[in-house]
Amino acid sequence: MLKLKSITPLGADEARVDRFTGLTITEVTERALVSLTARNDQADAIRDKARGLLGIDLPDIGDSAMGNTHSAFWIGPESWMIDIPYSGNEYLARQVKQAMGDSASVVEQTDGWCRFDLEGATMTSVLERLCNADSANLAEGAVTRTQIHHLGCFLWRQKDGFAVIGPRSSAASLHHALLQVAQSVC
Amino acid sequence: MTQKNRVNGGLIDRSSRVNFQFDGKTYQGHKGDTLASALLANDVRLMGRSFKYHRPRGVMTAGSEEPNALMKLRTGARQEPNSRATVTELFDGLEARSQNRFPSLKFDFMGINDRFSNFLTAGFYYKTFMWPRAFWEKLYEPVIRKAAGLGSISFEDDPDSYDKGFLHCDLLVVGSGPAGLMAALTGGRAGARVILAEEDFITGGRLNAETHAVGGMSGSDWARSVMAELESLENVRILTRTTVIGAFDHGIYGAVERVSDHLLVPESGKPRQTLWRIYSKRAVLAAGATERPIAFENNDRPGVMMAGAVRAYVNRWAVTPHQQVAVFTNNDDGHRTAADLIAKGVDVTGVIDVRPDAPSLVGIEVFAGAHVVNSKGLLGLKSVQIRLANGEIRDLTCGALGVSGGWNPNVHLTCHQRGRPVWNDTIAAFVPGGEMPVGLTVAGAANGHLSTAQALQTGADAAVRALKGLGVSAAAPDLPEAEDAPISLTPFWYVKEGKGRAWIDQQNDVTVKDIKLAHQENFRSVEHLKRYTTLGMATDQGKTSNMGGLAVMAELTGKSIPETGTTIFRPPYTPVAMGALAGRSIGKDFHPTRETPSHKWAVEQGAEFVEAGNWLRAQWFPQPGETHWRQSVDREVLQTRKSVGICDVTTLGKIDVQGADAAEFLNKIYANGFAKLPVGKVRYGLMLREDGIAYDDGTAARLAEDHFVVTTTTANAVLVYRNMEFARQCLWPDLDVQLISTTEAWAQYAVAGPNARKLLQKVVDPEFDLSNDAFPFMACGEITVCGGLQARLFRISFSGELAYEIAVPTRYGDAMIRALMEAGEEFDAVPYGTEALGVMRIEKGHAAGNELNGTTTALKLGLGRMVSKKKDCIGNVLSEREGLNATGALRLVGLRPVDSKDVIPAGAHLMNADGSVSAKTDLGYVTSAAYSPILGCSIALAFLKGGGDRMGDVLRVINPLEGQEVRAEVVSAHFVDPEGERLRA
Amino acid sequence: MIINHPLLGPRDAQEFTYLGDASLIHRPDWQGEDASGQFHDYLYLRDNPAGQHRELWFHEVGDRSWLVVTRNTLTHEISNVELARDVARREGRGK
Repeated sequence: MLKLKSITPLGADEARVDRFTGLTITEVTERALVSLTARNDQADAIRDKARGLLGIDLPDIGDSAMGNTHSAFWIGPESWMIDIPYSGNEYLARQVKQAMGDSASVVEQTDGWCRFDLEGATMTSVLERLCNADSANLAEGAVTRTQIHHLGCFLWRQKDGFAVIGPRSSAASLHHALLQVAQSVC
Repeated sequence: MTQKNRVNGGLIDRSSRVNFQFDGKTYQGHKGDTLASALLANDVRLMGRSFKYHRPRGVMTAGSEEPNALMKLRTGARQEPNSRATVTELFDGLEARSQNRFPSLKFDFMGINDRFSNFLTAGFYYKTFMWPRAFWEKLYEPVIRKAAGLGSISFEDDPDSYDKGFLHCDLLVVGSGPAGLMAALTGGRAGARVILAEEDFITGGRLNAETHAVGGMSGSDWARSVMAELESLENVRILTRTTVIGAFDHGIYGAVERVSDHLLVPESGKPRQTLWRIYSKRAVLAAGATERPIAFENNDRPGVMMAGAVRAYVNRWAVTPHQQVAVFTNNDDGHRTAADLIAKGVDVTGVIDVRPDAPSLVGIEVFAGAHVVNSKGLLGLKSVQIRLANGEIRDLTCGALGVSGGWNPNVHLTCHQRGRPVWNDTIAAFVPGGEMPVGLTVAGAANGHLSTAQALQTGADAAVRALKGLGVSAAAPDLPEAEDAPISLTPFWYVKEGKGRAWIDQQNDVTVKDIKLAHQENFRSVEHLKRYTTLGMATDQGKTSNMGGLAVMAELTGKSIPETGTTIFRPPYTPVAMGALAGRSIGKDFHPTRETPSHKWAVEQGAEFVEAGNWLRAQWFPQPGETHWRQSVDREVLQTRKSVGICDVTTLGKIDVQGADAAEFLNKIYANGFAKLPVGKVRYGLMLREDGIAYDDGTAARLAEDHFVVTTTTANAVLVYRNMEFARQCLWPDLDVQLISTTEAWAQYAVAGPNARKLLQKVVDPEFDLSNDAFPFMACGEITVCGGLQARLFRISFSGELAYEIAVPTRYGDAMIRALMEAGEEFDAVPYGTEALGVMRIEKGHAAGNELNGTTTALKLGLGRMVSKKKDCIGNVLSEREGLNATGALRLVGLRPVDSKDVIPAGAHLMNADGSVSAKTDLGYVTSAAYSPILGCSIALAFLKGGGDRMGDVLRVINPLEGQEVRAEVVSAHFVDPEGERLRA
Repeated sequence: MIINHPLLGPRDAQEFTYLGDASLIHRPDWQGEDASGQFHDYLYLRDNPAGQHRELWFHEVGDRSWLVVTRNTLTHEISNVELARDVARREGRGK
C-alpha cells in the first residue's frame, strides 16, 4: 500500500524558521485544530464536556484557555477552536465529536490553517505594520481575528510572543508579508 | 565660507558640512538645514518658475505651505517632482533641480507667456480652446500640458518600498509647538497612551523660530527639556517627520511618516515612508498657524517672503535671505522680524506698516500708514516702491521683503468632516468651529491663541479636558513664563494702487485681476471662484492664498468675509506620495495568492497557471512537443474521456453545515429540496437570490443526519457563506444549525473517466467497496486511503464521466496527487486543468459562471422544475413573477456549427437565418464556447428565445464587432452522453 | 468608522461587509396573502434616509456575527449596535 507523506503549508518537509535581530518567526506545524460550536442551548453542556475531555474551561469572548498541552480559543458566539498537539492524530475531530455527542458541532480544521509564531523585542513593531490589532495591549492569552495582507487571521497572544494563524492556501503570501515587514523593522 | 548669508546662532550643526547640488552647481550647507535655508545661505533667491506665466520665483515660506520653491529631487527612478525645498531636509549628495523652465532657470523660453498675460487670464483656456472640438485632444491639450504644469516624473518604477501601519492611543497630539508639547506632557504625566506627531524633523514648532524666552530659557531649549521628559515616558510615542494628513470618522487619523526621505537612499529593507492609521480616543490639534501675505504689484519677485519665514530662517537656520531686508506689515508681528534681523546684524532698510499708529522701533525707520506699491528686480528683488502716509513715493533698497498680513489658524483637520470654521474679529481670521471631528479639541495658534503663553495654557487645558472625557484625571503642569503679547492688527489684504498684477496665489498664478474677472463673469461663490481661477488648487491647496482671494471677493460683492465663506478643506493636509497610499500592495503583492494542495507538483509538471480569484489553478499541463495550448487541452479531454484524468478541485468552496436543523436549513437555502436526501448521498443544489435569479450552484453531501458538506463555486465561496450566515442569524435565528468554512482543510481531486474506479481502488483501503452497487452515482462517504488516512469520497461528475471526488487533509494533498498519478500510470492517466474542465462541462451542458450571469433564472437554465413549490426557500416566491416566466423567453440551448470547420465565437448574438440583423431581431447570445475534441468541432452554450422550441433550426451567430458570422444548428446542450449512462457506469 | 461590536468592542469598519437596511430581517411569509407583492416590497422598497438608519453589517474579518447598527448617515454617528440574531428573535423571527 502507498504511504503518504505530509508537507508543511510552505510546501516543505520541515517547518521553517526565520531569524532577524530582535525577531524570530517560527512556522508551527505540529498543532491540530478542531472547531467546536454549541448546538442551540447547549453551551453549558459543552463547557462541562470540554472540561472533562480537555481539562480546560472554554474561554470567554476574545480569550483563550491554555492548559499544559491542550488549549482552546474563542472564535465566535459559543464557538471555539481546540488546539492540541498534532502528533499524527488524524482523528482528533472524531474523538471530540464522540465526547460532545449532540451537544456540539465539531469540524476538523487542522489543515485549514497555517501558523507562524513571532517572538522577540520587535514583535509588536512588526505587528503594528501588519494589522490593526492593538497587539501591544493584548493580554496573555487574548485572541483576536484581524486582517494581515488582506487575509483573515487569528492573532493569539502567547506567553512570550504571538501566534499568527492564517489560511493555509495563502501561507506563502502570509509568510512573505511577515518577512517583508520584519526586514523593514529589524 | 561661501555661505554668504549665514549669520550667527541657529539650530544647525556648523561642524558638519553637507554637499548638495542645485541645477548642477555644488553648494554647501549644514546638518539641520533645509534645502531652502541652505540655498538662501548661499545667496540663491531664484528657485523656480511659475506655473502659467513662468515668472521667476523664490522661496516664500519656511514650511509645508510653500507655493513657489518646488523642485525635482534626486535623479533616475527616484526623481520626485514638486518637492517643497522648505521641508526638504538637507542631506549629503542631494541633487535638486528647478522646474518649469527651459533651457535654464535664469533664461526661460516660456517666460514669453508673461508678455501675453493679458490674454492668459482666468478662464482663458475654457474660452479659447472651445472649438473645433476635435482639436482638443490632439492639439490643444498636449500643447497646453507641455507649457503648463510643474515638475516631471521619471516614468520608471519606484525602487523604494512603503509600509502601512496601525497605531492606537488615548491621546493624539498633532503638532509639537508650545501647545502640542504641553498637551503631550499633560497626557504623558497622567499615564495616558500619547502619540505626538510632528511634521518637522525637530520638535518645538515656532519655538525654534522665535527668540522669546520660555521659562527663563530659549524657546528651543525649553522644547528640548520637555522632549527629554516625554522621551523618558514609555506611554508616549513621538513621531517626527510625520504629517497628520486627515481626520476621519470616530477618532481615526491618517499620518505619513517620512522614514527615509532625509537619506539619499533608504537603508536596505527599510521603507521610504510609512502611512499610519491612528486610532485615537481623543485628539488635540495643535497645528499652529500660517502667515498670510499682503498682495501688491509685482509682489512675487524672488526675495519677497513671509515675515515669519524670514524670522525662522534667521533664528533657526542662521540665514538671512539677503544682506538688506525690509518688512511690510499690518500687525506687530512684522516688527518682531525686523528686531530679530537687527539682532543678527542684518541691515533692515525699513518697516512699512499700513497702520497709521504703528509703534516705533529702535534703530529702524518705521513708515507708519505706508504701503508697498511696487517692486523692482527681474530675477531677484532689488528695491520696493513705497507710498508714504503723506502721499510721497519713495524707493527703498532691499533684497528681501518680509511680509506679514496676520496669521491664519491651521484649521484644516477640523474641517475634514463637517466642521466649517467661524470668523474671529480679533485676529481677523477663521478659527475652528461648527461640528468638529468626534473627540478632537484644538489648542494654541490653531485655535486662534497666538501668544506663546496662551498656546502653553490652552495646550495643557485641552489635554486635561480630553483625558477627563476618558475618565483619566490629569493635572496641568506648571506653566512656564512666556510672552503674551496682545493682538494688534489692522486687516489689510491687498494694495489697490497700480495697474500691474498683484499676486494672490503664486502657485497657480492667480492675481487680484483674475478674481475681479471671476466676479465680473459671475463666478462669485467661493467654490466657483476656486474652479474658475484655480485659486487654492495644486500642492499647497491655497494655504497662503485662500484668505486673500476670499477677502478680495468679499470686497467685490460687498459682503463680509464670513458671509463669503471658505472652500471645504479636504484630506490630505499636504501632498501624499501614491506609493505611500499603495503601501506594499503593489505588483505581485497586490493581493495574496492562494495555492492549491497540488501546486508544488503542478509546478514540477510545467503546468500553465491561471488566476481564479486569488487562487492559482493549473490551466493545462503541456507535454513535450505540444506547441499550442489546444493540443494540450484536447489531449487532456480525450484521454480523460477515454481512460481517466485527474484535476485539483480544492478551490470549490466547502462549507460544513451541522445541527439538528441542518437539513431544514438547506431546504431554505437551496431552491430544490434536501430534507429527504439520505445519509451517504450527494445532491446537486441551485441557490437563488431572493429576487429569483440563480447565483450559485454546487452540491450538498449528507455525511450524517445532522451533518452536510456544501460546495460552492470557486468565485462565490465567500458570498455564499455570508448569505448562509445571514439566513441563519437574521432570518431563521432559532434553527439549530452551525456553519464553518472548510475549503482549505481538504485537498480535493476529481478522478474522472471510464477507469476512474479502477484507479481509485488502488488507493482506497480495501475494506471500502467502490462497486457501482455499493457506491453508486451520487454516493458519498467517509473512507480511508493509502493505509488508514482519513478521507472523503463523493461520486459526483462535472465532466459527465464515471467520476469521483476524493478529499484528504490538505497536508497530504501533495502526496495524494502523486499517489493518484502513480496509481494511474497503468491507465495512462492524465492530469487536466481548468481549460479541459471547462471544455468537458460545456460538452455536458453544465452551467457555470458564464451562464450564472445575474440575469439567469432556474427556468432559463432549463432547471425550472428544480424550484420547489412545496417549501419556503430563498427566491422561490419572486421566481414566479410573470416576467421571469414569459413564454418565448431566453432558454439554455446548445449550438453546433453547420460547417464543422466554423468556430462559434463566445459572446456572439443569435439571429434568424434570414432577415435583418438588429437589436430588434436579436434572439439571444452565446455564453460559453469551446472546441470539442470528442465531436471534432466547435460547440457552444447559448441563451435563445424560445429555447427548446427551436431545436434543429439553423441560426446565424453574429459578432458585428469583428465581422464574424457563422451558421449554427440549435441542439441539446448535452452534447456528450445525454442519457447519462457513462456517469452511472 | 469604528463599530462598537456588542461582543468584541470597538472594531474598524474595514473588518465588516455592509448589506443595507435592517428591514431585510423582516422577510415576508411565503404563504401569506399577496406574498408576491410582499416580497416585492421587501426586496425593492427600502428607505434610504439622510439621518438615523438601522442597517446590517457582517463582521467578515471577525467573529462572523451579523450586526444591526443604528447609524446617522449624515454624521456617521453610531448610536446603537446589537447582534442581528438577538434583534431578529425579538422582532419575531424563529424557525
